[in-house]
Amino acid sequence: MSEERKSALHAGCETCPAHHAANLKKLGVDMENWDYVVALAGNPNTGKSTVFNALTGLRQHTGNWPGKTVTRAEGGFVYGGNRYKIVDLPGTYSLLATSMDEEVARDFILFGQPDVTVVVVDATRLERNLNLLLQVLEITDRVVVCLNLIDEAKRHNLTIDERALARDLGVPVVPTSARYGDGLERLTSEIQSVATGKAVLSPHRIQSDSSELSDAVSQLAEQIAEEFPGLPNARWVALRLLDGDSRIVEAVRKGELGDLTQVGPETMAEAARRSAG
Amino acid sequence: MRKARAANYGAGIAGGARENILQTADALRWEIGQDFHKTLMESIYTDAARIAERAVTRSGEKPRRDFDLLFDRIASSRIWGFPLMLLLFSLVFWITIAGANVPSRMLAVLLVENGHPFLKGLSATIGLPWWIDGLLLDGIYLAVAWVISVMLPPMMIFFPMFTLLEDFGYLPRVAFNLDNLFRKSGAHGKQSLSMMMGFGCNAAGIISTRIIDSPRERLIAIITNNFALCNGRWPTQIILATIFIGALAPAHLAGFISAMAVVSIALLGVALSLVVSWFLSKTWLRGEVSVFSLELPPYRPPRILQTIYTSIIDRTIFVLWRAIVFALPAGAVIWLSANIMIGDVSVAGHLIDWMNPFGLLLGLNGVILLAYIVAIPANEIVVPTILMLTVLAGRMSGVGEGAGVMFELDSAGDTLRIFQAGGWTLLTAVNLMLFSLLHNPCSTTIYTIYKETGSAKWTTVAALLPVAMGLGVTFVVAQVWRLVAGS
Repeated sequence: MSEERKSALHAGCETCPAHHAANLKKLGVDMENWDYVVALAGNPNTGKSTVFNALTGLRQHTGNWPGKTVTRAEGGFVYGGNRYKIVDLPGTYSLLATSMDEEVARDFILFGQPDVTVVVVDATRLERNLNLLLQVLEITDRVVVCLNLIDEAKRHNLTIDERALARDLGVPVVPTSARYGDGLERLTSEIQSVATGKAVLSPHRIQSDSSELSDAVSQLAEQIAEEFPGLPNARWVALRLLDGDSRIVEAVRKGELGDLTQVGPETMAEAARRSAG
Repeated sequence: MRKARAANYGAGIAGGARENILQTADALRWEIGQDFHKTLMESIYTDAARIAERAVTRSGEKPRRDFDLLFDRIASSRIWGFPLMLLLFSLVFWITIAGANVPSRMLAVLLVENGHPFLKGLSATIGLPWWIDGLLLDGIYLAVAWVISVMLPPMMIFFPMFTLLEDFGYLPRVAFNLDNLFRKSGAHGKQSLSMMMGFGCNAAGIISTRIIDSPRERLIAIITNNFALCNGRWPTQIILATIFIGALAPAHLAGFISAMAVVSIALLGVALSLVVSWFLSKTWLRGEVSVFSLELPPYRPPRILQTIYTSIIDRTIFVLWRAIVFALPAGAVIWLSANIMIGDVSVAGHLIDWMNPFGLLLGLNGVILLAYIVAIPANEIVVPTILMLTVLAGRMSGVGEGAGVMFELDSAGDTLRIFQAGGWTLLTAVNLMLFSLLHNPCSTTIYTIYKETGSAKWTTVAALLPVAMGLGVTFVVAQVWRLVAGS
């Protein structure tokens, strides 16, 4: 089924709010046929696993505990007639891959090419959480920011202008309070609009005050883009090469990056459907 | 200039072009200098700060984090941190021990006193051959019934309480308190976190060592994780403490004293974990200690009902199911070994007699050693196995229902009577508690260690080191005890 037909089919329903809740059928881990893959990233202790459980209906234990999830947990949900596979990544502070959990998260976002990456950020510690988010935005455009723990932020007298934030970041921002199920409906609808390509994204790029650095990155990124046309994150690859990241050096040498250019998100879902059918 | 240099390497083939990129990167890195990583990080931080500042406004008074600050001042204080830790954990064990007796008894009445005779009657009516009836009902059914009635009640009380502490945010404070000790012993501070996970399940604790980035420190954390008393071993400790240690104390103090005994064993595990880490980091796994920052999450009011639900589903049912799966074949093995005779004595009898001298040397006995061998796949079923084998070896009449029948006892007092008839003393109980802390990890954990380290050598070390220590410690304790007690 083409994306156009699919969205045409559901266009009527999507305007009706009552329909959405009913549609959010929880699937557990039965993921034989999925349409889109959603990765869940975020700092430790931002309620990532709670968001994961709320979306999938799984009751995986969530701990108030950094380093609780060190492996990937997978689940799924149905929304707006599409089936989403959701992958909970280990909580990390960065994607510079110094330990195994960071590597798992980084590799999944870079090589797994999820259709959407949801970055869960702690509203009470926005600045610190943005470090990871900015790094994710360098790797992929297809990001939805889940501004979680908004209830705690209120308790601490913090107001967050989510529209200003969305404007600065160039991707959708959804305030949630996952423990109480608030905001998850909007989160799923934003996931859908990014997955189906309806959302207009203009992700923020890390700006450097050092012109030497910016020049070097642009020059290298240009060369990478020439060798791997269609690579969505040439700039990030350039940054990692300049930092001497051995995993990325290896990926360039073996041409693994080349594989990333051919398989776009849509065709990935298509391929999965083909192999399943 | 840069472009020109890059162009020199321009080769037509794809591999050449890729190498070309790497060459350019090397050249550029050289030009930017060593500060690249720092400059990049600074750029990210500056950007993040700029964006956050525009989006966040703080209204009214200063943020109310008084409770967090006040509580942290106590929970992670140098003076009060450890006493508070001891108090909280003692309380958890005391509630578990005091609360588990009644439901345990009810389950025993249901499953063993009524369920077992009922099923025996049923099998007699349909005329099952004696050996099928014995294998199924006296071996397998009773093993499972025993495991459920002994393990389910303490787990139903202990796990939700432990999980509530975890959800509240207390466990990271424990890790924070211990962090300093771990670093002093040459291990990674994050090892305190993987050890905390080990208190739930060692296999999970070993997987969680992935948060440690240095291979040397990760290996230390893996090898010493077994010293964190796991789910499978808590019930053993609680039962032994209740019937032996608690029985020595006056009735109104029994629960408290038993709880203290369990806490002491758990603390001994922590201490040994530090000592062994220190030893490894001074000998085979020498190296620098990595620095890291441990974030203390804010305290969050736990969602009590949800926590109880998830801890029952995730932990209680999971652990119980595993115990049942392992109890099934173990029940069959025990029944068979008690009923297959070589000469006048059963296979189990021969084995027990053979191992007994060695067992006594360790302040244990042949029954305990055999039970540990039968229970290698799962620590959970050690106590049921020991009880059954004790009756068998003691050839007791009037308790149990014949060879190879695992039975339920009416009260802790009856269990004590059986143990005493089997030649048990306080020393036996203390040494069994020690040996339960110090022996090889269960089969799942050993497999996990192998998967995580990919090394047969380190897996062997991790499996045998605790056994060697257990044998050593029980031997020394037995010798000293006998010297002092003069018996």
